[in-house]
Amino acid sequence: MALQIAEPPTSPQAAAEPPEAFKPDLERIEIELLLEGIFRHYGFDFRSYAYASIRRRLWKRIEEEGLSSISALQERVLHEPEMMEKLLLDLSINVTAMFRDPGFYVTFREQVVPLLKTYPFIRLWHAGCSTGEEVYSMAILLREEGLYDRARIYATDINEVVLQRAKAGIFPLERMQEYTDNYIRAGGKKSFSEYYTAKYGGALFDQSLTKNVVFSQHNLVTDRSFSEFNVILCRNVLIYFDKTLQSKVHSLFYDSLAMFGVLVLGSKETLRFMSHEECYQQIAAPEKIFRKVK
Amino acid sequence: MYSVVAVGTSWGGLSAMTKLLGGLPQDFPIPIVIVQHRGKDSNELLSQLLQDSTDLTVCEIEDKDALSPGRVHVAPANYHVMLEPGYASLTIEEPVRYSRPSIDVMFDSAAATYGPTAIGVVLTGANEDGARGLAHIIERGGRALVQDPKTAEIPIMPNAAIKAAPTAEVLPLDRLAPRLIELSREHSKPRARTMTV
Repeated sequence: MALQIAEPPTSPQAAAEPPEAFKPDLERIEIELLLEGIFRHYGFDFRSYAYASIRRRLWKRIEEEGLSSISALQERVLHEPEMMEKLLLDLSINVTAMFRDPGFYVTFREQVVPLLKTYPFIRLWHAGCSTGEEVYSMAILLREEGLYDRARIYATDINEVVLQRAKAGIFPLERMQEYTDNYIRAGGKKSFSEYYTAKYGGALFDQSLTKNVVFSQHNLVTDRSFSEFNVILCRNVLIYFDKTLQSKVHSLFYDSLAMFGVLVLGSKETLRFMSHEECYQQIAAPEKIFRKVK
Repeated sequence: MYSVVAVGTSWGGLSAMTKLLGGLPQDFPIPIVIVQHRGKDSNELLSQLLQDSTDLTVCEIEDKDALSPGRVHVAPANYHVMLEPGYASLTIEEPVRYSRPSIDVMFDSAAATYGPTAIGVVLTGANEDGARGLAHIIERGGRALVQDPKTAEIPIMPNAAIKAAPTAEVLPLDRLAPRLIELSREHSKPRARTMTV
């Protein structure tokens, strides 16, 4: 796609003599070349990721390696698979929390659970599940609502490393206070500590919570739909994509949702300007919970 | 013509922003983006309070929102804001020096995306966020304004900004809005040439 940065110069003088420090076009060329190289050599496609965020994370890696330009990083990344490994972790944001945005879980219990109770069997897809904190949160919620035994949760991410961590179900003990607060505010019905034991230097979560969870690698950018779901959860994942790619992924979600299925986005994400916008009804504003109605 | 006014503030920011926005006309032609440090669970009350002080339209940013003249785009709690050509992206990357949203992150993206057409403004605050970002805006040929620490509820943030960006214009709070109006009437590019280092 055509990418444009900053405005064209407004006067001939400005065009003839740009400030030396301001070379966004050259930087963009370098970044596009690097992402193209990564795609062609390694198959990871970051070409349609949100540019400003990619740029920031590339520079973080450059600084940590003591390099001085995107091109210098490109040299290392293309010739050293270990550098690609590092960069892959940099480029996939794995910041998450259990019961993040507690208000969402309250609304989900009140507005979505009653819908789900009308089905004999439910399939949920956590797209971009990262290290799994939200998967365990949803498993706990479904168990407390008496839905877990007839649910199957498909938890996918592009990154095999984070999926392994998700499967292990061990989260940092030092975050349990925060998660307990979130759990209570999310309408939790028990004592949060019942769900984990301190083990292996962390909080090991009740393994029966993953009895009905399938963890699997899936790439939202290149892979296709793999089933039909009653709920798709994809919170704060699409924000890392540009609008074109967001639209493409929304087509994938639309095709993967059963009629009257529920799509959940992050609290500051929107379906505005997406091609399937008119196919959904927001069922619980301000939460970003949408129902497929056509 | 400038493309964006990027404002950063923390402690004391609400009252300072109220004064700043209150001094701008409804037809102020440059989109304004504000990062105000706030609790991670705080709601849209901040935007409502700001709306009461201004004729501009205040809105909390949603991912990929278009930046528009006449609008004040406020960073939502617990997200970073990054400026792209014509719109804003949100991320939940790690807090930067304990802050999310981070003023530095927003300013850096303003500098990278808008270069000489960015204006950065640092107001009252109790930490040093924004100082590095303001320096980047200047490096890339943009314009920097800092609230005179003497008129700031907490002078730490403006002082840090002045230290990191010594060529920033330092103005008392009540002079910032008139100065932005002046800047909105001038071309940004010719001045950028004199900024060349």
